[in-house]
Amino acid sequence: MTMSSPADGGRTLSYAEAVFEATRSEMARDPKVFVMGQGVDDARGMFGTTLGLHKEFGAERSFDVPLAEDAMTGVGIGAALMGMRPIQVHQRMDFVLLCMNQIVNMAAKMSYMFSGAHRVPLVIRAIIGRSWGQGAQHSQAFHSYFMHVPGLRVVAPTTPHDAKGCLITAIRDDNPVIMIEHRMLHSVRGVVPQASYEIPYGKARILSPGKDITIVGISHMALECVRAKHLLEAANIDAEVVDPVSLSPLDVETIATSVERTGRLLVVDTGWLSCGASSEILSEVFERIAHRRPFAAKRLGYLPTPCPTTKILENLYYPSPQSIAQAAYQLVRGAAAPAWQPGKVDSNEVAEFRGPF
Amino acid sequence: MEERSNSPAARLYRSMYLIRRVEEEIVRLYPTDKIKSPVHLSIGQEAVSAAVCDHLERSDIAFGTYRGHALYLAKGGDVARMMAELYGKVDGCARGKAGSMHLVDPGVGMMGTSAVVATGVSNAVGAALALKMQRSRAIVVCFSGEGAADEGAWHESMNFASLKKLPILFVCENNFYAIYSHVRDRLAGPGLQARSRAYGIEPELIEDHEPMKLHERVGAAVAAVRRGEGPRFLECMTYRWRDHVGPTEDRIHKYRPDTELDAKIDNDNLKIVGDMLPADVRSSIETAVEKCVADAIAFAEASTFPEDKEVYDHVFSG
Repeated sequence: MTMSSPADGGRTLSYAEAVFEATRSEMARDPKVFVMGQGVDDARGMFGTTLGLHKEFGAERSFDVPLAEDAMTGVGIGAALMGMRPIQVHQRMDFVLLCMNQIVNMAAKMSYMFSGAHRVPLVIRAIIGRSWGQGAQHSQAFHSYFMHVPGLRVVAPTTPHDAKGCLITAIRDDNPVIMIEHRMLHSVRGVVPQASYEIPYGKARILSPGKDITIVGISHMALECVRAKHLLEAANIDAEVVDPVSLSPLDVETIATSVERTGRLLVVDTGWLSCGASSEILSEVFERIAHRRPFAAKRLGYLPTPCPTTKILENLYYPSPQSIAQAAYQLVRGAAAPAWQPGKVDSNEVAEFRGPF
Repeated sequence: MEERSNSPAARLYRSMYLIRRVEEEIVRLYPTDKIKSPVHLSIGQEAVSAAVCDHLERSDIAFGTYRGHALYLAKGGDVARMMAELYGKVDGCARGKAGSMHLVDPGVGMMGTSAVVATGVSNAVGAALALKMQRSRAIVVCFSGEGAADEGAWHESMNFASLKKLPILFVCENNFYAIYSHVRDRLAGPGLQARSRAYGIEPELIEDHEPMKLHERVGAAVAAVRRGEGPRFLECMTYRWRDHVGPTEDRIHKYRPDTELDAKIDNDNLKIVGDMLPADVRSSIETAVEKCVADAIAFAEASTFPEDKEVYDHVFSG
């Protein structure tokens, strides 16, 4: 599937290629930028996103690390305190749990605790896994954990265009940034301008306009929401799909303005519901407009279970274009409406994915 | 006088006396409740920070712990801004947002201290990595207590520092106790030096009550690190006179024998160094320090509290 944000000349790249291009161009622009992470300089090059950077820029600027997520995060922070601009990469976000002390107690606190005496220009790329048997410990999405903490920025771009721009913004930022990437998005292609550009924080993107319901999709779920929108056309429902792009800060304004028009909000998260990004989005929109514009709302996300490995159960675990369309239909038509069965659509990046990573 | 007052012993004494007197003043002031911050005093441990920092240049980088008054002062941190910080005032080294546990003065290479044990160790290693990448001749000194070696992050950090042959000196202040838990109840096997050696980092043990030997051995270690020989590890035996946190003694808790503490107090490193100095040198150092400390307290008293709007400042940089 090809996804386009602003069109520009028609050059298309995959999401992984867009991440690579952003990294490479920033490393060329600024000698302080370097990449560290387990396997960044191996033959796979982190799904291609760091492939060969160690050859082009030298082993000092793109290097493998010991399996020591806690201290390696601290090393990145220490280097950042000294003016370097490290990019740290985690093949699976599950391992970022081992970094939480450093991210929360140190990276997020340095600027405030020392009243601006220190800055931490650190980028942490965290990749969420899915499909082909990733199971309970290779599929988790913890973006809400980071959204909870003041002092961290959290971005979760969906399109290759936004992936490139968000990463460039993150690298140039003097603050710690968690960039959430979904493994299912790496193969997705879209229009990506050759030149460098920054995607601003706190600016959501309306992926597809509509008037009947606002569907907010996070990361890979934004893609599934676009598919759901097409399914809903058969039921004569015109959905607006919004991609927050930046989770912290969050562009409540764009989402709330959309809900004011549609009167309905469906938030679909790449994660669990409880205390999640979907809860945050819904409550922020509610606080802002519910007193003057009551609206119907629902959230979808992972089932409240660990992720099962076997495909037959895994299919139940994730929202799908069908389940998203069904939920949207019920919000728009009401519980008393006649039953409606959405059509079939393939999520090729999921169906075609063959691990092992 | 000039030469005599700049001898290693005189420099050590000046630094140690400053640390002792600042902390004694904190003890004196604490009941007034003007210092609204937990304090982890270094009284009894002054020699380590003083000896290490005497070998450092201003551009060298120091990372410390929540028991960080001694390091901050020895590295040249501003005394008045430290006192103002303890008072929670706007002229504090972090405008009142840090308090005693997070003293910072980047202008003299005092990078800050962490209240979560061992958490600053990997940051220090990262700073050393940056210095190496920047082809700097500066080095990093990383202070921790022996309790830090209980933490996995300490081991990960030692491994990486050695792997990359980084310019860092690990200084372990072994005061035996993590709060009230004795090291023998926490540490299996042959001790910290064996752990250091296992990572390929040459260790050295320095006993307490030999401040000039401590000074000399630190000098050798700093020189080796600066020559690019990679990390070194110094285990400096020392002793905390006061409670883990707070201004008082802690005999009431009975976790250590009174005789152990009394023996340390009777063999005070500050007195050992002071007694090496000619009387006039010693007294002129003490006079100068007393004035410095009194001025710092007056500065803290006179400073104002931050305005409400500052609560939002510096969540992010820039």
